Amino acid sequence: MNEKTENPDLDRRKFLGKALTTGAAATVASGVVLVNVADAKAPEAEASSEVRWGMLVDTAKCTDCGDCVTACNDEHGLNPAEGESEKPLTDSKWIRMVKIEHKSTGKVTSLPMMCQHCENPPCVDVCPTGASFKRPDNIVLVDKHICIGCRYCMMACPYKARSFVHEAIENQVAEAPRGKGTVESCTMCMHLVDDDKNPACVDACKEKALTFGNIKDKASDISIALKNSESRAIREDLGLNPGVRYKGI
Amino acid sequence: MKEIVYKEIDGTSLKYWGLLAGLGAVILGALGSFYYMEHNGHVVTGMTNQIVWGMPHVFAIFLIVAASGALNIASIGSVFGKKLYKPLGRMSAILAIALLAGGLTVLLLDLGRPDRLIVAITTFNFKSIFAWNIILYTGFMGIVGVYLWMMMERKMNKYSTYAGYAAFVWRLILTTGTGSIFGFLVARQAYDAAIMAPMFVVMSFSFGLAIYMLVLFATFQWTDRPLGDVIVNRLKNLLGVFIAAVLYFTVVYHLTNLYATEHHPVESFILSGDTKFTTIFWWGQVIIGSLLPLALLYYPATAASRKWIAIACGLTIYGGFSQLYVILIGGQALPLAIFPEHNILESGFNDGVNGTTHAYTASNPEIILGLGGVAVSLIMVTFAFKILKFVPESLADEVADPHHK
Repeated sequence: MNEKTENPDLDRRKFLGKALTTGAAATVASGVVLVNVADAKAPEAEASSEVRWGMLVDTAKCTDCGDCVTACNDEHGLNPAEGESEKPLTDSKWIRMVKIEHKSTGKVTSLPMMCQHCENPPCVDVCPTGASFKRPDNIVLVDKHICIGCRYCMMACPYKARSFVHEAIENQVAEAPRGKGTVESCTMCMHLVDDDKNPACVDACKEKALTFGNIKDKASDISIALKNSESRAIREDLGLNPGVRYKGI
Repeated sequence: MKEIVYKEIDGTSLKYWGLLAGLGAVILGALGSFYYMEHNGHVVTGMTNQIVWGMPHVFAIFLIVAASGALNIASIGSVFGKKLYKPLGRMSAILAIALLAGGLTVLLLDLGRPDRLIVAITTFNFKSIFAWNIILYTGFMGIVGVYLWMMMERKMNKYSTYAGYAAFVWRLILTTGTGSIFGFLVARQAYDAAIMAPMFVVMSFSFGLAIYMLVLFATFQWTDRPLGDVIVNRLKNLLGVFIAAVLYFTVVYHLTNLYATEHHPVESFILSGDTKFTTIFWWGQVIIGSLLPLALLYYPATAASRKWIAIACGLTIYGGFSQLYVILIGGQALPLAIFPEHNILESGFNDGVNGTTHAYTASNPEIILGLGGVAVSLIMVTFAFKILKFVPESLADEVADPHHK
């Protein structure tokens, strides 16, 4: 008979002690791991119909500087490749500056135009394959895997918000995959928004002319701003209920 | 009326092989154009982010619309029981299938991602009129194929009337669907009109018949088969009615738009602007493409001449292309009314600064691709006439006219 069998109680105590320690460590560690997973926010868990992302553009603050356009182009790799010049007729534009003059009053206004992320988007209605779609949080996107490049969405969009990729792209960025022969538009920087950040254009605006947030959250800055001031949607007559609204037009 | 005998065309002459070779060459050119556009991207075409549908779509939609119209001849025989038209039914149905195939080929090869054909025919968004059209086109092929079989297989002849009804209803829905591609576009001033659907149906009557008559004339003349005046005159008069009907719908469409103040910009742009679209509308569609063929078809001296009737058919086709060019390209050339109450002073994305309209010039590859679609249709028909009994041996008055004495 060896020593171990002579002192079974001691062995059992050691075993139980180690087991408890291991168990406790495992419990705590798994909790830590769970917390980490929760922090990471699985992409599929992000888009919730409890949220509707929206943007309010205060045209009185807009100085027509174009920083929002530059930021968008940089964020999504929309600038011409090195050595290439701009092709204004065929290059993609996800956001652009427009300066308008009221026909009756003569008032001049500058504003950024991008996908208006409609509640009832015509692009989604007309897309034959369902590549144009709306996330539960109302961000309107193009599924690049099933877009056949028919451009019917471009015919249907009242805001000229979409672009067709007319040639091969060399300087892509990981966050915004693009592809020749498919249609694309503003994604409201979903890769940033899903990470609790603002879209690039919003952060780039030094004048704070762009307010971004959840318009279903009554306490959010955007909801308060919308409630307390006059704003309107572009082509309100079409009844599309865009997520982007404008003050001062 | 004697029994109609159908017979394959010989298809052994140098002229026949020359025709096939010529059409084949155009198709090869179109494939080359497709490769060039696909390889480089649409940047090498005249299409832009402003004019997103160009010349390939003009050809494709013309052929698709004409396809359902070409079937009319068969429908008049089967559905409306006109005996005079029955011998023309087989040619009508095969021409309809061929025209649709040609149109769809162009449409497919112009896609940004033509390699995703499988996605297009398996992944449907049923709210999209485009998706409905994909189903309508494939269904049309199937139904007309069955209809054709029932007309050609003696044992199935008795069912051909039912198939004819199905095909007739289907073709009406199909052209309604094609017109609705534009009719449902609320954002664009030139479209967004319910009249687009019936207008496209009537356009199909006219374009389809004009092509049918040219194919009929060419086939009978080149194969030395008799074609009597009774059929020619009946088709000629019918074409006249259809051309007039298209003009009527065009007038109503523009009058409706003129009544609504918000549509005045697009009306003045098309009807009295200083761009090529105004010229193409008045000269191409109205004068050369409608009034002139009408005059040729009804003026006694020209109405009695096959040559002039054929010219009238050709002018009708020209008018059809002009009409679709104005609808499709002209409809996009006027910038969207994003800010109807404002003038655009500056824009980073061609929003029509100070009233500037969008320019479009079709590139050669686009035109060759479109012509390739026409060639696909014609080569299918040319080949089909040789291998199966589509063409009556004679359509002389004593053979074809049920009232011939």
